[in-house]
Amino acid sequence: MLLIDCPYCGPRPELEFSYAGQAHVVRPADPSAVDADAWAGYLYLRANTRGVHAERWRHTHGCARFFNALRDTTSDRFLVTYRSGEPRPASLPGDET
Amino acid sequence: MSPYRLASGGRIDRARQVGFTFDGRRYAGFAGDTLASALLANGVRLFGRSFKYHRPRGLLGAGSEEPNALVSVVRDAGRCTPNVRATQVEIYEGLVAESQNRWPVLAFDIMALNDLFAPLMPAAFYYKTFMWPRSAWHRWYEPVIRRAAGLGRAPSAPDPDRYAQRFAHCDVLVVGAGPAGLAAALAASASGARVMLCDEQPEPGGSLLDEHAATIDGQPAQRWLSVAIATLATRPNVTLLKRTTAFGYFPHNLVGLCERLTDHLAAPLTGTPRERLWQVRAREVVIATGAVERPLVFPGNDRPGVMLASAGSTYLHRYGVSVGSRIVVVTGCDAAYAAALDLHTAGATVALVADVRDTAAGAAPAAAREAGLEVVERATVLGTSGRLGLRSIELGSLVDGTILNRRTIACDALLMSGGYTPSVHLFSQSRGKLAWDAARQAFLPDRHAERERSAGACRGVDGLESVLADGAQAGVTAARAADRDAEWQPIRAAARDFNALGVPGALRQGGRQARSRAFVDFQNDVTTKDLALAAREGFVSIEHIKRYTTAGMATDQGKTSNMNALAIVADGLARPLPDVGLTTFRMPYTPVSFGALAGYDRGDLFDPVRTTPTHEWARRHGAVFEDVGQWKRARYFPRDGESMHLAVARECRAVRAACGIFDASTLGKIEVVGPDAAAFLSRMYVNDFASLAVGRCRYGILLRDDGFICDDGVIARVGYDRFHVTTTTGGAGRVLSLMEDYLQTEWPDLRAWLTSTTEQWAVVAVQGPKSREVLAPLITDVDLSAAALPHLAVRDGRICGVPMRLFRVSFTGELGFEVNVPADYGPSVWEAVCSAGRESGITPYGTETMHVLRAEKGYIIVGQETDGTVTPYDAGLGWAIGRNKADFVGKRSLARPAMHAADRRQLVGLSTVDPAVVLEEGAQVVEQPARAPPMRLIGHVTSSYSSAVLGRSIALALVEGGRSRTGQTLYVPMPHGDIPVTVTQPVFYDAEGTRLHA
Repeated sequence: MLLIDCPYCGPRPELEFSYAGQAHVVRPADPSAVDADAWAGYLYLRANTRGVHAERWRHTHGCARFFNALRDTTSDRFLVTYRSGEPRPASLPGDET
Repeated sequence: MSPYRLASGGRIDRARQVGFTFDGRRYAGFAGDTLASALLANGVRLFGRSFKYHRPRGLLGAGSEEPNALVSVVRDAGRCTPNVRATQVEIYEGLVAESQNRWPVLAFDIMALNDLFAPLMPAAFYYKTFMWPRSAWHRWYEPVIRRAAGLGRAPSAPDPDRYAQRFAHCDVLVVGAGPAGLAAALAASASGARVMLCDEQPEPGGSLLDEHAATIDGQPAQRWLSVAIATLATRPNVTLLKRTTAFGYFPHNLVGLCERLTDHLAAPLTGTPRERLWQVRAREVVIATGAVERPLVFPGNDRPGVMLASAGSTYLHRYGVSVGSRIVVVTGCDAAYAAALDLHTAGATVALVADVRDTAAGAAPAAAREAGLEVVERATVLGTSGRLGLRSIELGSLVDGTILNRRTIACDALLMSGGYTPSVHLFSQSRGKLAWDAARQAFLPDRHAERERSAGACRGVDGLESVLADGAQAGVTAARAADRDAEWQPIRAAARDFNALGVPGALRQGGRQARSRAFVDFQNDVTTKDLALAAREGFVSIEHIKRYTTAGMATDQGKTSNMNALAIVADGLARPLPDVGLTTFRMPYTPVSFGALAGYDRGDLFDPVRTTPTHEWARRHGAVFEDVGQWKRARYFPRDGESMHLAVARECRAVRAACGIFDASTLGKIEVVGPDAAAFLSRMYVNDFASLAVGRCRYGILLRDDGFICDDGVIARVGYDRFHVTTTTGGAGRVLSLMEDYLQTEWPDLRAWLTSTTEQWAVVAVQGPKSREVLAPLITDVDLSAAALPHLAVRDGRICGVPMRLFRVSFTGELGFEVNVPADYGPSVWEAVCSAGRESGITPYGTETMHVLRAEKGYIIVGQETDGTVTPYDAGLGWAIGRNKADFVGKRSLARPAMHAADRRQLVGLSTVDPAVVLEEGAQVVEQPARAPPMRLIGHVTSSYSSAVLGRSIALALVEGGRSRTGQTLYVPMPHGDIPVTVTQPVFYDAEGTRLHA
């Protein structure tokens, strides 16, 4: 069971969270203006990362907030968690990739 | 007194005799004995039959590594634990233990015939042989094989015991309370760090419990041990758990412990949990799990009486038991000389020490020779004899590939040692990487994945003083890593440190074909021949060989066998041992009961049950309930033994003719509040909410961004900035989560807040032409007239004096109201409405009736008419979409041309040509009758009922281009023929809606 550092509540066991998919997938501001390929990309196309993956979690059984995390999918190690709306951190201590 | 129990020695309490039975026979032992030591003291050597060949088996070891002596411990029908290791069963007065896998009795087992056919039963014998006919496997072969090749039996009655679970946090978790673990715990806890120390044995000490010759800090080792335990016990920051196995290492330093609380007690106090599962989140972990001795692999090495040398020491020092009256020690490791010397000193006859190495030199052999023991070099064991226990062994010397000095030695015990294998199970489970250490001939912890460190024998450290120092250092390092100031105190120790280095693999036999088999994995009956066969048949990967031969796959997970198997495979493949590689270590380290894992989640607590405010009333009135998610909902209210069909027909007629009352409290409810609440809902739902007036409701449809229907419900504007949103019963959580997602991450600028109010409101639906006159006398401050309160209006007011939110809505097609009151008032308001409606014939109805009534009106149920591929257009709900909205969830996808294709499946009604025939829900729809499969399927039935009011069956279906097929005849193929149906509009009753607007 992973230990996840909620940016609002601090470290909590995985039991309290739900996974919410890849982070930084932005919904087009005006969906009607984008073409079918761009819309399909937003809806369906996701990375299948080996290594550091930016992903969303929700502290469902805590503060109920969504936030983002960088997790190494090969080791399950969380490099950092940060609030929704903040940019993906550029360089990280211990980021091996 | 039996000749095997020595006059003195051991940690047993000789003043307290304990009686127990094994296979129905009474024996006596002492308090502190295990079942193994007590039976051994009574001269019992036969403990069980092997898994595949039913060979007689005795004890191999003295601890949790034991592969042979599996027994069932029986308290009663529900408390019967199979497959427990006799070496870990602490005896109590009245203990009942039974051997397994034998019939009729242990000493004479019919299935031992298997052993005669052993040459015909190589690796994968069952899969290779029992292939034809194919159908016979499940009916005949497998049941017979399962009965023959088995371990214990599961108990026949439910387990009456309680199992506890606990979460814990600590700075340092130390696994294993041997010398390294104790030193680590002492050093770490001295810093003030919160320390947990667990050990699988009934008392801490590990190998120190067998240690008699050593001194630590100038005191005898046993004295130091007592002081160490007492010191830890007085420290409030230390939790010491006995009889507790760390069985699994999970990500981010979560370690699973299983604590056994009552299995060793004759009469456990009622209510005491039998076991406790600990989930420990440790900042730092010290793994001090020691090492397990390896057997030697030679022909006949599984005969009862052949044991590990360390087990010989343990039985002597802890239980005062000699493993035999005439003992031979065969070893490839110096450490086994200690067992020979100690047994010799204790008065047992040690006939010979046979060293399999080329030279037996150094301190250990010298000490043995000095004590007058015969030591031979280059020894090999050629065979053993004795039907149910060892009588003699055949020994030879291997010189230049030839067997010399062949001789037979009478003995009733053989102690063997092939060296020690570090227990790296937990380290490996933590995803740490092992590396082969050529000097130590062992795989040792190398690259770490978690915040842990190994200490002592489990990382190849040898010698008491070094082990203590390594443990203390690990404790200090761990405490410092957990931000504590820890200091390292050297511990001085003097011990007879015989080297634990050994010789993995099979003993050389000089090219001679052995008559009997040499066992590698005792529990799964895997021999050297099986491994050689796998190599000959072309298996290369150790993981494949493991699965093909089943070596290391038994309940002991190959603790004693894996390294030997690996060495033999490497030999067979002519590859260096580290190149062949290790198989994966998996949890649990030793078996964990299902009870401990399930913990409190049994029976009523297995899954929460949600009940509505009127649940008790419904139960008293004979409701039949159905499960809807976690909810219990009243399905119908049979009277005087009515069938469901009759009850539902009566309830339907009552609602259409007079008035019905229905508990709709399970509907999901979300209060959406804020200046941007209307804007937010307009973006979420297909409908427009900016134009919705306060006091009015709208039927809302929620899509996902892919354009398909996700949920629906009535949304009421109860204030300028306040909406009361209802969802489907099953969709409540999903909808709230979806709304939160968009609100928090896509539109954080919108000022709107969401609160789940599902359980705050009791919802009493009153439906039918007489519902207004029933409710009117109870409500004084709301005008219920059609002019003042039209369809889809909402008002706050009071009913029976309590606060109420009143909706004029209908899921039946009749004049209807949904009375929302705070949940606690639900039962009294419900009963008040029932009393008020008695004269009008008010009838309680359930979900089945609700389904029929809504289907008569063609109202969809999300999840029944929709399946995640249905658009609002498909469902005939295109009218609900707000035309002038710039965006809403799903709008862009609805604009795709494919979403408007004429041949999409659309919601229609189906009328069977024979009105008495009720279609089956889920049945397929085809165009042509009397065809054989495969047929082109053009739709399926989503809802189907017998309608009492219409006097015929009705059905809803999704059919390709369905709306353009109105009037067509289609067919529903069933096993006994096609059912012709006519396509109709999906509304069967009051299509004009005059009743709804009454």
